[in-house]
Amino acid sequence: MSAEEQVDGGRRHFLLVATTVTGLAGAGMAAVPFLASWKPSARAQALGAPVEQDISKMEAGAVLKVTWRGQAIFIVRRTPQMLETLDSPELLRQLRDPESKESEQPEYAQNTARALRPEYLVLIGVCTHLGCAPLSRLNPGDAELGADWPGGFYCPCHGSKFDVSGRVFKDVPAPTNLKIPPYRFLTDTVVQIGVDAEVA
Amino acid sequence: MSAVTPTTSARSSSRMAALVDWIDARFPMTRFMKEHASEYYAPKNFNFWYYFGSLAMFVLVVQIVTGIFLTMNYKPSAAEAFASVEYIMRDVEWGWLIRYLHSTGASAFFIVVYLHMFRGLMYGSYKNPRELVWIFGMLIYLCLMAEAFFGYLLPWGNMSYWGAQVIVSLFGAIPGIGESLVEWIRGDYYISDITLNRFFALHVVALPFALVFLVIAHIFALHEVGSNNPDGVEIKKLKGPDGHPVDGIPFHPYYTVKDLVGLIVFLAFFLAVVFFAPEMGGYFLEHANFDPANPLQTPEHIAPVWHFTPFYAILRAVPDKLLGVVLMGAAVLAFFFVPWLDRSKVKSIRYRGWIFKTFLFSFAVSFVALGYLGLQPATPVYTNAARFFGVIYFAFFFLMPWYTKIDPTKPTPERVTYHAH
Repeated sequence: MSAEEQVDGGRRHFLLVATTVTGLAGAGMAAVPFLASWKPSARAQALGAPVEQDISKMEAGAVLKVTWRGQAIFIVRRTPQMLETLDSPELLRQLRDPESKESEQPEYAQNTARALRPEYLVLIGVCTHLGCAPLSRLNPGDAELGADWPGGFYCPCHGSKFDVSGRVFKDVPAPTNLKIPPYRFLTDTVVQIGVDAEVA
Repeated sequence: MSAVTPTTSARSSSRMAALVDWIDARFPMTRFMKEHASEYYAPKNFNFWYYFGSLAMFVLVVQIVTGIFLTMNYKPSAAEAFASVEYIMRDVEWGWLIRYLHSTGASAFFIVVYLHMFRGLMYGSYKNPRELVWIFGMLIYLCLMAEAFFGYLLPWGNMSYWGAQVIVSLFGAIPGIGESLVEWIRGDYYISDITLNRFFALHVVALPFALVFLVIAHIFALHEVGSNNPDGVEIKKLKGPDGHPVDGIPFHPYYTVKDLVGLIVFLAFFLAVVFFAPEMGGYFLEHANFDPANPLQTPEHIAPVWHFTPFYAILRAVPDKLLGVVLMGAAVLAFFFVPWLDRSKVKSIRYRGWIFKTFLFSFAVSFVALGYLGLQPATPVYTNAARFFGVIYFAFFFLMPWYTKIDPTKPTPERVTYHAH
């Protein structure tokens, strides 16, 4: 018999497939540490720890910006007038997601005030469109945004608009309401951002 | 006459030949030079449009060389990056020149590559048998966009910062995995020192490697099938008694010399920008980038650098976040399919009919118009204009199988048309 005829094609094929699969699996496993090294490091996670903020000196209508995980957190002490408008049918009609069903927030903030305590709004100041920083334009009829502006937040990058609860208006590029971070009140005047409130 | 006597000259040249023989027995030097230069036969009817390939290679070399020298003084950390760029500009000897060559080179790269791609579309250089030349070219273009994007974060100016924020956020539109993907890309909960450091690694190590490899593949694929030309005639079909195409001339010295002339003209324009208008009125170096990165303050008017704006205008024109991202991606990827979308029997625009010419012209106009609109604020008028030009942009690709088939073409010549000067 010649060498040609002695070749066991089936065995060669099996060995070829088996070594290829083993090799690919090994390469895949070897890739894991490299890909995983891109995840937030222990230091980045530690720097993302909760932050505390004293809110005792905030006047009604004031906005406070704090940083948590490098993002701006807006704390707004809303006026009674602002809170009154939140349920007005005229406003709700203009909103894309008035009940925050499509939006990201802790369960305890899924209400029209989008807050634990309606007076204090705590939200992440990052536009849900492409991550720009929205500006606070809390007063109705803002000079830049026109007489029928009900008050809220405005993103200068691509023109997204949000109400004083961070709820997105219709016909703007942002798809969802501004996000609400996990937060809780440590005392009546200190809010801690990054830890969920325990709601009874 | 030279002082060298014929005998010494002959001896030294025979020594040279011996050295070449010694090398050739160990490394295919002479064979390589012949295959890719002195015996690579290129069509003799190349015109102005054929400068941009060699110019792109030249700009790549400029970017690599200036990039290496910038790396020697640049500090890829959030605390030091902005100041180290100012240090390069103010304190490093000739640092301003090296940086302006690099920043102007980035824009020049895109200008040259866009013209090179338009040449390909005009003369059908993507058609059989050059599909892989085109695909490698498109991969180069993708790498180039990634390279430009990563590089743009490095000066750590405020536009760098928010440009990266917006573009990284695009991946957040992917349903399900978007948010965690964005976090993985950044390596943090925001664009931070960690992000800057990895973008630096990608910009100076990973992507340059990929680019150089792809350029080599692009040229190997081209030299395998031979260059197209403004007539779209396959010169390999007609060979002379010496076995070389009768309509071809050796790339070296004929086209190396021609390309040198093009290079000199290019350098005149390029250096005029480097020396007299390196910021190019805010288009090459954006004004907001002269402020250091501020994670809490978006610049008032945010726009990417001009070479991305055609795609950015398409993104903004779509009122839905996910669909906008998908269409923007499609606008780039559509180029990959051109070799199979084009059903025409004719390669070159010279022998195509009015339908193709109209579509190609409208496409070029809408590409430029979208580029302009992407730089403007998103007012309703501009957004509607972007939608109009966006439709034309996509019509060029999606209707191509249809209009290239019904296009009234002219008969193509057997030989290239060429008038000796």
